[in-house]
Amino acid sequence: MMATSAHTVAAPARARTAADSVTLGRKQGFQHGGWFVAPFLVLFALFVIWPLLRGVYLSFTDANITGESTSFVGLDNYREALKDPLMWDTLGHSAYFTLLVVPCITVLAFLLAMLAHHIERGKWLWRLCFFAPFLLPSTVAANLWQWLFNPGTGMINHVFGTETPWLTDTSYAMLAIVIETLWWTVGFSFLLYLAALQSIPGHLYEAAKLDGAGAWHRMIHITLPMLRNITGLVVALQILASLQVFDQAVVMMDFGPGPEGATRTFVQYTLEQGFTSYRVGYASAISVIFFVIIAAVALARMWLLRNREESAR
Amino acid sequence: MTTKAWTPSQIVLTLLGTAVSVVFLAPFAWGLFTSLKSETEAVEVPPHWLPEDWTGQAWTALFQSGNITNWFVNSLVVSVCVTSVVLLVSALAGYGFARTEFRGKSALMGLVMAGLMISPAVLGVPLFTTVQQMGMVDTYWGMILPQCAPAAMVYILYKFFQGIPRELEEAAFIDGAGRWRVFFTIVLPLSRPSLAAVGIFTFIASWNNFLWPYMVTNNPDLMTMPNGIATVMNSYGIQWAQLMAGGLMAGLPLIIVFVFFQRQIVAGVAHTGLAGQ
Repeated sequence: MMATSAHTVAAPARARTAADSVTLGRKQGFQHGGWFVAPFLVLFALFVIWPLLRGVYLSFTDANITGESTSFVGLDNYREALKDPLMWDTLGHSAYFTLLVVPCITVLAFLLAMLAHHIERGKWLWRLCFFAPFLLPSTVAANLWQWLFNPGTGMINHVFGTETPWLTDTSYAMLAIVIETLWWTVGFSFLLYLAALQSIPGHLYEAAKLDGAGAWHRMIHITLPMLRNITGLVVALQILASLQVFDQAVVMMDFGPGPEGATRTFVQYTLEQGFTSYRVGYASAISVIFFVIIAAVALARMWLLRNREESAR
Repeated sequence: MTTKAWTPSQIVLTLLGTAVSVVFLAPFAWGLFTSLKSETEAVEVPPHWLPEDWTGQAWTALFQSGNITNWFVNSLVVSVCVTSVVLLVSALAGYGFARTEFRGKSALMGLVMAGLMISPAVLGVPLFTTVQQMGMVDTYWGMILPQCAPAAMVYILYKFFQGIPRELEEAAFIDGAGRWRVFFTIVLPLSRPSLAAVGIFTFIASWNNFLWPYMVTNNPDLMTMPNGIATVMNSYGIQWAQLMAGGLMAGLPLIIVFVFFQRQIVAGVAHTGLAGQ
């Protein structure tokens, strides 16, 4: 920079050398970046890529947890998985959980953010109240709610004067886990919405007010369209996280599968196959199936985003 | 602050906010009050909010049983190590991908993007057998290292470094600074907010992580808070008052830190979350 400014009035030949030294500087500075990336890549290769490849390999074998006498079984594990009613059941439980949690959390997070955004006093206090549960470990939040849902000694039945067998009845057990999850994780999506609300330029609302638009119109025509991207993000993150539900389900059910297996999630099933039945080969096969599902969701989102960007152009 | 008017709509909103906040805080209160009851009072039917006899029995019993302090230290060691390694490694890698040229860069970047879809929940069993082969089951290494390769954090910092104007670095190169010096003395100080965001998010995630420590440790002496509370304290007939006290011990540090560093933490969580856009 110094060189170019000093030579702007100089002869063309000298100006070229100055420009050369800039490119030279850039090249020297930015080449051979492999060393920057190396430490991460080592860890990434060992603990992400290698397990993935290993999982694919093991899925074609009958490996057990001790790793002894493994033999190749071709597609047997996958054939078995497709016919395994428990795999489909547990996949269904995780999908059902996702279907309940995602819309609820999105709407609730939006409403809480609107509330915290529009109350003029004590903003930090609302933020603290709505976000604090997210700071608890999953297991602690689950224990709290297990205790609240407890049929006799728990507060929920007592407060509402009900006798609902929350944790022991097939039709309520998953619902209890969903309610716990809403309380525990809504704070994260709430913060994303709050940040998005705060970044909407105020002059948009002022202009709309001058044009005589009421509060309802301003929300429909300014707030909601401006929050479209963030809603897409919240929904995508929640789908990916909810499909992988595990912690709260096992803790609230005392590490069991819930009443008649109603809350056994897919992740729980893979771990049971691997660590309780010692069938590492089979567990790997259903993990690979799960990975394909997760990857499909993530790729679908990328595809949607790209389409939208192109249509916006 | 006092100049803000109490319009009717503000009154309604504030009342609504208070009601919702009470619902959000009630489970904490229930846990806290339970921890201050005796074990027999805790399981009385019907339940009551406030203890009739306030007692610290559960808390003293918790500390006398010994494990909890171990777990606390383990949690601290694991989270601090994970956070430091993640910060260092992902800052370097983010910068490498954003600013330097090397062979195979775009292929590697694609691989990192694929890594965004992989977690211990998805690949737990093969990850466990890998760590087992390395002989790291029931060790600190086994708990820490697999948490140290988060593709998401590399991606966030990569996006950030791309936004820094190149001219700053180029000027330094012309003055003869090497690229490591440029990275440590120019780029890193400029990135403090992003690094703080990544650090805060990583610390929260690691402190609260249950699934991976649960898979990789059996030895109660090596467990972290969430894991120890969930497995050991839940395994013999649950003592609710003690369990609630232990849960508060695990949850309160982050909440207290949050009260003091609210602005930074909110910015950090929002920043890391929003980077997915």
